[in-house]
Amino acid sequence: MNYVIIGNSVAAVGAIRGIRSIDQQGNITVISRERHAAYGRPLISYLLGGLITEKRMSYLPEDFYEKNRVNLLLNAEVVGVDTGSRKVTIAGGDVIAYDRLLVATGGDPFVPPIEGMAGKDRIFTFTTWDDAAKLKGIADDIEQVVVIGGGLIGLKAAEGLHLLNKKITIVELADRILSAAFDRPAGRVVAKKMKANGIDVITEDTVVKIEGDGAAITGVTLKSGDFIPCDTVIVAIGVRPAAGFLKGSGVEVNRGIVVDDRMETNVKGVFAAGDVAEARDFFSGVKNPMPIWPDAYIQGDIAGVTMAGGEKVYDGGLAMNSIELFKVSTISMGITNPVEPKEYEILTYQDLENYQYRKIVLKDGLLAGAVLVGAVDRAGIFAGLIRDRIDVTPFKDQLLAPGFGFVNLPREIRSALFAPAGKVAGADKPARAVGH
Amino acid sequence: MKRIYMIEDVCIGCHLCEVACITEHSQSKNPVKAFLHEENRPISRCTVEEWDGGIISFSTTCRHCDEPDCLRACISGAIQKNDKGVVRIDTEQCVGCWSCVMACPYGAVQRNLEKKKANKCDLCPDRTSPACVDACPNRALVYKEGSQK
Repeated sequence: MNYVIIGNSVAAVGAIRGIRSIDQQGNITVISRERHAAYGRPLISYLLGGLITEKRMSYLPEDFYEKNRVNLLLNAEVVGVDTGSRKVTIAGGDVIAYDRLLVATGGDPFVPPIEGMAGKDRIFTFTTWDDAAKLKGIADDIEQVVVIGGGLIGLKAAEGLHLLNKKITIVELADRILSAAFDRPAGRVVAKKMKANGIDVITEDTVVKIEGDGAAITGVTLKSGDFIPCDTVIVAIGVRPAAGFLKGSGVEVNRGIVVDDRMETNVKGVFAAGDVAEARDFFSGVKNPMPIWPDAYIQGDIAGVTMAGGEKVYDGGLAMNSIELFKVSTISMGITNPVEPKEYEILTYQDLENYQYRKIVLKDGLLAGAVLVGAVDRAGIFAGLIRDRIDVTPFKDQLLAPGFGFVNLPREIRSALFAPAGKVAGADKPARAVGH
Repeated sequence: MKRIYMIEDVCIGCHLCEVACITEHSQSKNPVKAFLHEENRPISRCTVEEWDGGIISFSTTCRHCDEPDCLRACISGAIQKNDKGVVRIDTEQCVGCWSCVMACPYGAVQRNLEKKKANKCDLCPDRTSPACVDACPNRALVYKEGSQK
């Protein structure tokens, strides 16, 4: 069996381990357009800011590819897939045959046309190690930066540059930063902390023109008419699935590559996982892209196991983010900002002065989402309650407590999780949910 | 593999498991020195939960999952599962992003805010039996072969 994996980040790693959990013999070839072995992609802001060295970018133990007998092709860009003859073509003309193909190429940064951007030297995106390296390379010459987009990528780029003492302005079209993961109060807490650190956050506005003669940038003009001086612009509006090479292959691409619960596409033998894929959502069942690191691993694992002939089914994508910005810890998961608030019950606690905020979103007795700012400890317990679809009604009023833990849950739940099998399972005693 | 399990009915809420854990992971491995004199004292990797002054108490710790959510969420690759099945954090490699804290449904990864590193049970690599289990005066913690759940 010949397995070919296009892309070499977390979904690919999950897939390699998934394949090897079933099939020790088959050939695995990984093709990556980047020049690095798998690295901690979210660490690029740490690298830019000088918090870590290049050595720590490595995501895997040194012997990983060898131990798993992976043929790793770096600096190789796939330009076409022929699903009829089961071959992929690499730029330069090399052709590789596959029996099972996994597309795990992630996303490409989206750069919209902006007036004045043509020919400018210092317009960057920020999604790869090399992007960070480029910025770091010219860091001494950078004084003022405008970051277009107040999502995770934009804020992380801003944080990295802030650590290098650059003057930064973030321009966000929405009414708050991190609108995808955060609700209004959480966004406000982080924005407040950023402003306290000297970063300008401009919301409900956008860059309409990049100013400057020749290759140099002198500033940007906003839709509101304001002018912000800068010498460097980072475009962090969003990413799009990196699936252009599938054109004409017959593989269905919507907002991502459409996959079933085993990560297989409409074309037999072709799979997709990670940011490039469009899989089922945990709550709605509707397929949508879920650019979430742990989810990419899980999808990769399922794809790998399935490609190797094993059985594993996706439980649906659950958004979750742990984002620390300017020393404020935040963890958010699930539905944090319901579109139809009437269908949900929302519990909140806030102490914005001390950068503390907690929000719990409930629907029909089940936990649907949580936002924690400040005290984020043991947030994963909420993730477990969501995934296991536990009825939280009996202990609902304790969910906001900072010390919330297993003691607040019915005894049979914690016994099932922590007690030895066959002992103290709680079956012979009435379940006791404490505290009411 | 061998895992640590808790027996809630016999836990007396003494927190000696936490003391033993901190001591085992200290520089001196002596409780008095660790608690009084060591800088960067470790934080406990097991967590005693209590209710109503101790009417209910039990100690929770890492399950060393077959498919660890912490490992899958780790953005730096600091969390790996070794050949024996033990899930460990490479503290050097950890960047303190708390993705593991976000993902672990057992609430078993702690934040060491002083060091800005994630912290979890390593099953005491220098011992035959974990320190918390050995320290438990009423055998409310057992170390034995068993599944994750």
